[in-house]
Amino acid sequence: MIARDEASVWRRQPDGEETDMLTLNINGKDCEVNVPEDMPLLWVLRDVLGMTGTKFGCGIAQCGVCTVHVDGQPIRSCIMPVVAVRGKKIMTIEAVGQTPTGANVQKAWLDLEVVQCGYCQSGQIMCAAALLAATPHPNDADIDAAMAGTICRCGTYTRIRAAIKRATQPS
Amino acid sequence: MDLDQQLNVVKIGTESVSDGSLSRRTFLKVTAAAGGGLLLSFILPRTIWSKEAAGARAADMFAPNAFIRIGRDGLVTLIMPYVEMGQGTYTSIPMLIAEELEVDLTHVTLEAAPPDERRYANSIFQIQATGGSTSVRAAWEPLRLAGATARTMLVSAAAQTWKVDPTACHAEKGEVIHATSGRRLKYGALVDTVAKLPIPDHVALKAPEDFTLIGTSAKRLDTPDKVNGKAQFSIDVMIPGMKIATVAACPVFGGRLAGVDDGKAKRISGVHQVVLLDNAVAVIADHMWAAKQGLAALDIQWDEGLNATLSSAEIIRQLETALLKPGVIARKDGDVAKAMAGAAMKIEALYQMPFLAHATMEPWSCTVHVRKDGCDVWVGSQVLARAQATVAEVTGLPLEKILVHNQLLGGGFGRRLEVDFITQAVQIAKQVDGPVKVVWTREEDIQHDIYRPYYYDRMVAGLDKGGMPVAWSHRSAGSSIYARWHPPAFKDGLDPDVLEGAAEPPPPYALPNMLVEYVRQEPPGIPTGFWRGVGPTHNVFVVESFIDELATAAKKDPVEYRRALLGASPRAKAVLELAAEKAGWGQPLPAGRGRGVSVQFVFGSYVAQVAEVQVDKNGEVRVTRVVCAVDCGVVVNPDTVKAQMEGGIMFGLAAALFSEITVKNGRVEQSNFNDYRMLRMNEAPAIEVYLVKSGEAPGGIGEPGTSALAPALTNAIFAATGTRIRKLPVNRVELRSAKL
Ligand code: FES
Ligand code: FES
Repeated sequence: MIARDEASVWRRQPDGEETDMLTLNINGKDCEVNVPEDMPLLWVLRDVLGMTGTKFGCGIAQCGVCTVHVDGQPIRSCIMPVVAVRGKKIMTIEAVGQTPTGANVQKAWLDLEVVQCGYCQSGQIMCAAALLAATPHPNDADIDAAMAGTICRCGTYTRIRAAIKRATQPS
Repeated sequence: MDLDQQLNVVKIGTESVSDGSLSRRTFLKVTAAAGGGLLLSFILPRTIWSKEAAGARAADMFAPNAFIRIGRDGLVTLIMPYVEMGQGTYTSIPMLIAEELEVDLTHVTLEAAPPDERRYANSIFQIQATGGSTSVRAAWEPLRLAGATARTMLVSAAAQTWKVDPTACHAEKGEVIHATSGRRLKYGALVDTVAKLPIPDHVALKAPEDFTLIGTSAKRLDTPDKVNGKAQFSIDVMIPGMKIATVAACPVFGGRLAGVDDGKAKRISGVHQVVLLDNAVAVIADHMWAAKQGLAALDIQWDEGLNATLSSAEIIRQLETALLKPGVIARKDGDVAKAMAGAAMKIEALYQMPFLAHATMEPWSCTVHVRKDGCDVWVGSQVLARAQATVAEVTGLPLEKILVHNQLLGGGFGRRLEVDFITQAVQIAKQVDGPVKVVWTREEDIQHDIYRPYYYDRMVAGLDKGGMPVAWSHRSAGSSIYARWHPPAFKDGLDPDVLEGAAEPPPPYALPNMLVEYVRQEPPGIPTGFWRGVGPTHNVFVVESFIDELATAAKKDPVEYRRALLGASPRAKAVLELAAEKAGWGQPLPAGRGRGVSVQFVFGSYVAQVAEVQVDKNGEVRVTRVVCAVDCGVVVNPDTVKAQMEGGIMFGLAAALFSEITVKNGRVEQSNFNDYRMLRMNEAPAIEVYLVKSGEAPGGIGEPGTSALAPALTNAIFAATGTRIRKLPVNRVELRSAKL
């Protein structure tokens, strides 16, 4: 049975008046959205803005496939209320290739044929890009720490590890 | 949908004549024998295709069969009969066609086949299905033939144009070349001429030594868009005016909706409608957040029905009882009773494997637009024609009014061989104005899966004085998936899956006196279905654990013991030896570490694995390394085979270490990744995959990696701790007390 969060239901009564115009900075562009303040960023991206590269996997910060960068930090967008990222720089998979690190990661991913079904890979790539931006030469423990939060059901972990190491090498 | 087509396995390959050419008449004869002319789709008169081809006039293109279209502009489109769910079929199938058609893989466009049970039936299943590690096996001859037919015709057309002998011409990279004169014509320029030619009676397939593409690690065609967010999965579908819905079905299987108070839900901003089904409630909203909030705000009363008090313990009790009864005999070699009576030693063991959920990374979603005169459905399905059929049934519309747009699958693992969620989505959409995307939460996914069955097995063996098996008796109790999923395949109490690796094919070992029985015992209140590795995930675990137990009883090394029994199976012996050598079998390990081995022949492929584990004082198991040797016959794409083994091993490891679906008060107790634990990066072993070069017919690769893993793991745990794991998942509490 689905858990009932009565509090969050009642808070928005009557008739959802608490929806608000919010300005978000996504991939370098400002955009306005009219959504409830507590709506998770994930659904704003996917269902309101139509940016479907960021995926839904669990909704409870367990799988990492919804990872985006907020001011350079990887966060789980499925539990991040949209109001909390107002005024911050949000980056998604759609634009990460425009950064040198992101482009390196994507190239390494293709060079080593990391991807299987691909559903988790937006999250994997966002986590890897954040790791490499902060730690240009990660060791295995760094990789474990940065990547353990993102599940790949197709089991591409060995190739993800190899691709992260490859992305650190000058091409 | 012609589900009662007989399930003959059509081995077209056996019809090829010695010079490598295939007679079209023979081919047609074979397909006719398969009943219903299903395989005619492989050689379709172009008129049929042209008439039906969407968006192109007949004269604009050459479409010799259901898999190839060549436009005047030279654009080559290949129609993919199998769905892409990460297994690389969108690369390996084009490789088969392109090899014979002589086109560059990077210059072809791929298109998903529409639902069409007649043209796009999998020749192993006889229905349009992707699964069971069958794609390359089923396509190996027919799709090369499709390419070769088109190539032969294009060469003839060019020869006719130049008025030269076709044998003086050859095809290369999308053009026909007359070597002596140096003349060349691109395929696109030949479309008009070739359209007038008859389909040839004989076409020659290339000799394996002439392959330039098959056997290479060609780059995956579907992956570039999967690293930049562009790839569109079912859940990403956006249709103008579309609403988003999420759903809660009765938490007890078989229960019904008794009543709903939707007053609070309807006041939530963004919620439009609450839709009631017989056994579920859906909230229709502007976005998933509102839909989820709306669902949480509903006050739902369920009529829980007959399964309201069901528990795992009860299901296991029923299996235990079933195991006491003699089963249907699946294999009987020699005289087991007599051999057992004369044995020097008797060994007995019971094994259990749990219910498992699939947990594909992409949760279920299905977008439906029902109109009076037709219905569009966007979904990721492994069984397209069945998907279409269920839409027809729910809407009452004729099949031809239903357009199914298949999407990339965010994992399949057998779950998308079912259409339960498509049926439900259409039932919801029927009550909604305009298009609606139904998305399941992860909780709904875990609690309303169609689960890998619980199995309970009893093994008895008699050993001679030297410790070698003289009698082998295996009785298995559990669910038959085929009996529900494809009833014609369930014959005389047996199906082709449930004892694969135990009876048919049997274990690869010399077991002179052997009895294998199956007791069908369906669990109440828990639907069961295919799960990556299906029957073999269960059988290989049981057989390979038990062989290890026999080796222990015989005081022999597990690899040596197996090798002694593999004299009649050189391919199995070869993978065993390769895996053992690469793993450094026999080299000493520190305390608390151990190696375990498994060997199998299932899905037409031979696989051996050696797992290396470390067990600590808390019973935590860490798998540090898995070495895997594979002989899957001719390899189409070596890198894809390796990737599938790696993925299969991780999938098997997650299940063996962590996964178990349990039932209490008729409800599945797990709900999301917090309590249905997945394998993560920090728990993933290093994996090495070695391929044996082989000219044999291709075997499956999607599932063998999974089925071989569990016994290699538990045998390694035994080597490390002396504790024998006979029940999955591995019980860490039990290992805590193990002497290290
Ligand atoms: S969807 Fe956000 S962590 Fe799983
Ligand atoms: S590639 Fe399929 S879930 Fe990671």
